[in-house]
Amino acid sequence: MTTSHENEKETMDTTVKPHSLADVAQAKSVKAPGTRALGTGLETRGVHAWFGKHHALSNISLDFAAGTVTALIGPSGCGKSTFIRTINRMHEFIPTAAMAGEVLLDGKDVYAPGTDVTKIRLQIGMVFQKPNPFPSMTIGENVLSGLKLAQIKVDNKDDLLEESLERAGLWSEVKDRLGAHGGSLSGGQQQRLCIARALAVRPQVLLMDEPCSALDPGSTLRIEETIRHLSDTMTIIIVTHNMQQAARVSDYTAFFLSDGGPGQMIEVAPTSEIFSRPQDQRTENYVTGRFG
Amino acid sequence: MTTTVTAVPTKPWKASTRERVTDVLIFLVALSTSFAAVELTPMKGKLAYFAIFFIAYAFLTAAFKGIQRGNAAAKDALVNSLVAIGAIVTVIPVLSILVTVLNKGLPGISFGLFTHDMALATPTDPLNNGGLLHAITGTLTLVAVALVLSVPIGILTALYLTEIKGRFTGPIRFLVQAMSGVPSIVAGLFILSAVLYPITKAYSGLMGALALTILMIPTIARTSEEVLNLIPNELREAGTALGGTQWRTVAMIVLPAAKSGLITAIILGVARIAGETAPILLLTGGGDKVNPNAFNGPMGSLPYYIWKSFNAGSPEAITRAWAGLLVLVGLVLILFTSARFLGSRKAAK
Repeated sequence: MTTSHENEKETMDTTVKPHSLADVAQAKSVKAPGTRALGTGLETRGVHAWFGKHHALSNISLDFAAGTVTALIGPSGCGKSTFIRTINRMHEFIPTAAMAGEVLLDGKDVYAPGTDVTKIRLQIGMVFQKPNPFPSMTIGENVLSGLKLAQIKVDNKDDLLEESLERAGLWSEVKDRLGAHGGSLSGGQQQRLCIARALAVRPQVLLMDEPCSALDPGSTLRIEETIRHLSDTMTIIIVTHNMQQAARVSDYTAFFLSDGGPGQMIEVAPTSEIFSRPQDQRTENYVTGRFG
Repeated sequence: MTTTVTAVPTKPWKASTRERVTDVLIFLVALSTSFAAVELTPMKGKLAYFAIFFIAYAFLTAAFKGIQRGNAAAKDALVNSLVAIGAIVTVIPVLSILVTVLNKGLPGISFGLFTHDMALATPTDPLNNGGLLHAITGTLTLVAVALVLSVPIGILTALYLTEIKGRFTGPIRFLVQAMSGVPSIVAGLFILSAVLYPITKAYSGLMGALALTILMIPTIARTSEEVLNLIPNELREAGTALGGTQWRTVAMIVLPAAKSGLITAIILGVARIAGETAPILLLTGGGDKVNPNAFNGPMGSLPYYIWKSFNAGSPEAITRAWAGLLVLVGLVLILFTSARFLGSRKAAK
């Protein structure tokens, strides 16, 4: 188990001082990381990412305390999506991709040799930008598809189905047509179906890559409610271009920026701090809408 | 007091009577031009009527529209009629083939045709002697064996090209494309010299099916590859992000999503081989008896039957050949519609 104290000591050794959420949280005494009994959460240490020779992401060290929502904001092309894809090892699907650093889940590096990558993806779920329910499956089959894909046996599938849809805030809308095709739902419902699908395998962490960018405001609101409910039981990292959304749903906000070179993290702090008293001028310029 | 205005649905954009009369006039003028041209010039024959009519019609419409509405309208009308001519020219030969086959084949069709083989009859016998049961079962057997062999190979090749994307993707795609141009006689001779002469030393349905497999694999592989490429990458990502291995993602998500397209690929493969004649002549031995065993003994088939009957030359034999052609066309049609039906029904559900 890694405590925040140990993190601090280790990060002192590195040349670049990573931003530790624990420091900020202690100082500001907001929702403190690690105070919920959900395991130790997730942290990245000195994560870099490359596509071929292109250095896309430089030295990201971030703690994601269990039971918190962290929003990643920043202009397009600053490496936010690349960063979250290094966390559940989706990054490696791009043939030219490379990375450096560590991603620790419960203190264990997900890139350690011998790690079963499919197990990692079961613990770290993901919701994509565009709703992508499986077209050949019904609503019910979509929710339970993760179990079949990973060949997990469950005693009571009906309970899990209801629980997952309930947590995703979709149960009341679809309970009478679980046999209908996923494609028959509206865009917002499809996205909540995808969230339910990700929840059914009971991940500890949920990565959301601009989950509302293809949705209308009403559906966006429903998803944000869902995110707030989920944060009681899991760690959520959400990439968003919508700063109001970051302000509404997240406990912490990290600002990413690329100045032509690789994407870097400029600042991380409790969300209210980022939007009211950012430490860095560039963050202030971005959140006040002066660029980006 | 309120007045009720009843709105009557009309289509103000529809052609007026006057415009329609002009259209008919142009049509008639074009028609008479073609007749006049055939009468007065050395151009003769049925095709001349068609060709002159189409050209005259296209230019007359264009000229008329041009006078009426200007240059752009003229070009629009010209292209419009050229496209229509293209469509008609494509359909005419197909219809003509169907009509000819129906015309000449129907007299030879009888119930006995589907219940007897030619074991006890020769092509020159009266029509009520013998039938083509052996040819129908033979063709179905050949197609079935070729399907069993080529569908797995073709689809696995497509999966290698789209999902694995290994180091040999380029060369394999090139080879598959080159193979789809292989003349069928080459496939037949290859099996003859590589399998039949050195190994089995006997004609059988299997030999024919092997040659048909060679012809079918590239069609299935290429079409399946195109279909699989259309499956959005997000679905593959969603599958792996849920903890699926690549194989389970492909089997559970990619292939079911592509199902109707893959069925189309298989239909195209069957279409490629169902009427294939050259390798059949070389390899199957073309027996006159129903032979349910693809691995042993000569096997008849519809193309072989047609070829043999035409060669026999007597009026009865030629009627037999046309009847065989009609049955072959009908068989392919049935295979197509049933596969289409199966594919679309599953997709709709």
